[in-house]
Amino acid sequence: MHNGFKHTLIILVPLLIVFAALPGVYQNHLLLFNFVIFLILAQGVNIIYGFTGYLPFGYVGFFGAGAYGFAVMVMHFQTPAVAAVLVAGLVGIALGLLLTPLLRLTGAYFAIANLAASLAVLHLVANPALENITKGPYGVSLTGTFNPSFAYDAALVVLAITLGGVIYLRNSSFGLALQAVREDAVSAAMAGVDVVKMRVIAWLASALVAGLAGGVYAWYVSVFYPDNVFSGEFSIFAIVFALFGGVATILGPIVGVIILYGIYNLIGFTTPQYFQLVYGLLIMGLVLFLPAGLMSLATRRGWHVP
Amino acid sequence: MSLETTPILDVNRLVKRFGGFTALDGLSFHVVPGEILGLVGPNGSGKTTAINVISGLYSPDGGGVIFEGRAVGGVASHRLVHRGINRTFQVPKPFMSLSVRENVEVALAYGRADGVPPAIDALLEEYRLADVAKRPAADLNSAQQKMLDLTRALATAPRLLLLDELAAGLNPAELDWIADRIKALAAKGMAIIVVEHLMGFIEHITDRVIVMNAGKEIFEGKLAAAVKEPQVIEVFLGGEHAA
Repeated sequence: MHNGFKHTLIILVPLLIVFAALPGVYQNHLLLFNFVIFLILAQGVNIIYGFTGYLPFGYVGFFGAGAYGFAVMVMHFQTPAVAAVLVAGLVGIALGLLLTPLLRLTGAYFAIANLAASLAVLHLVANPALENITKGPYGVSLTGTFNPSFAYDAALVVLAITLGGVIYLRNSSFGLALQAVREDAVSAAMAGVDVVKMRVIAWLASALVAGLAGGVYAWYVSVFYPDNVFSGEFSIFAIVFALFGGVATILGPIVGVIILYGIYNLIGFTTPQYFQLVYGLLIMGLVLFLPAGLMSLATRRGWHVP
Repeated sequence: MSLETTPILDVNRLVKRFGGFTALDGLSFHVVPGEILGLVGPNGSGKTTAINVISGLYSPDGGGVIFEGRAVGGVASHRLVHRGINRTFQVPKPFMSLSVRENVEVALAYGRADGVPPAIDALLEEYRLADVAKRPAADLNSAQQKMLDLTRALATAPRLLLLDELAAGLNPAELDWIADRIKALAAKGMAIIVVEHLMGFIEHITDRVIVMNAGKEIFEGKLAAAVKEPQVIEVFLGGEHAA
């Protein structure tokens, strides 16, 4: 896997070094952490949307479920934070398994059903009747595990695993087969690809990524309400960032997060009154002129984009 | 040409219904290794449905499909590919955003071809796709997409190949060229079923034809003999008085 090694060396390693070093020179630790979280989520969307074509409008469902998986383990079982993050990933996978029937749907139907599923999970978690387990709508406070700097490092580890997975998809016949399924499921079967199995694997991988991210997020913020970790903004931002850069590539979602989330925070700080205007115009321009994302500027010229 | 006599494929009283419509109504035939069998008949006679059932796209509602001695009716397509059945589509369905080469690579990686899988470069060269190998499949014209469809099928080294209107839309020079390719495949022992409307092409390449109407076989034998059958003439020309 010569290319995979090259991509690890020129993309994954430098990105991790930069984000590991940044807290030493830049004061806004939470902002950096959010960058890492969106880098993870955008790649998670990349796995399920870029490689298999399912648009996960309810992607936050896995993220929120992971956050609450973490919280429940810490609150009720006094689990160490790292172990609780792993459980958060498993919760993501479990929810993914529960939702595999959604994969029978395609296009907008899948997107809407997935959105509905994430709202169902939110309302389950926020149900006052479950106060003894989830604290219901009153939110959780996990002061025992509060340690932003460890949580930040854990987020970098999750980012490394996720990027490693996407690098594998970009360079393996497994990733090629996933894209074949996305392009035409019947022809993919005629190439010998087990379509259902491939879709489920991608779906669960993507759910695992969001679950782990949710666990790390819960660890970092320590105090949160259901509405925070199930906020539709996570889904929308992750999708827009991934699409802006260009899916089915390694670099696209990274570039998308750096530019769009960068601009988002920049306008937010400097000219908040124009924020929605500028951001809205940017996204409209993208959809109209670059539907395949920034990376398509290069691929249109026949350049290979990792 | 000497043909082996043990059928590689045995289709036995196959029935397929869509709601109230019976697309296949007790269709039976067999193919032996190295044989090119033509499936002909008017539109809606069930030719493509037969191909779709044999290739696992549809489950049969009755009857059986025996491939190399094992019942394969209702088995998933990708498993049939692994067992040695593949096909092309009337409207080719390549993986549009993948390169031509990647289209074939997927089939090589997942087709689980027995023995030595075909060499990708030779395959692309043979089907005139070498020059466009790095281009996305979406850039190909429809004749090239058909060849890519065929190349994808051949990459899985099938022993039974189903060609659904491969020749439609090809020019006369291309027809001669593809006829030679198909005959060469059969000469190496591949069983091939050809669904086609171009009678000249069918006459040229097939050993035997099955004429279908309303989901049933109405004639089996040489095409030259088929065109003298009153029942066949009636079905093709329409009307009760045609004969």
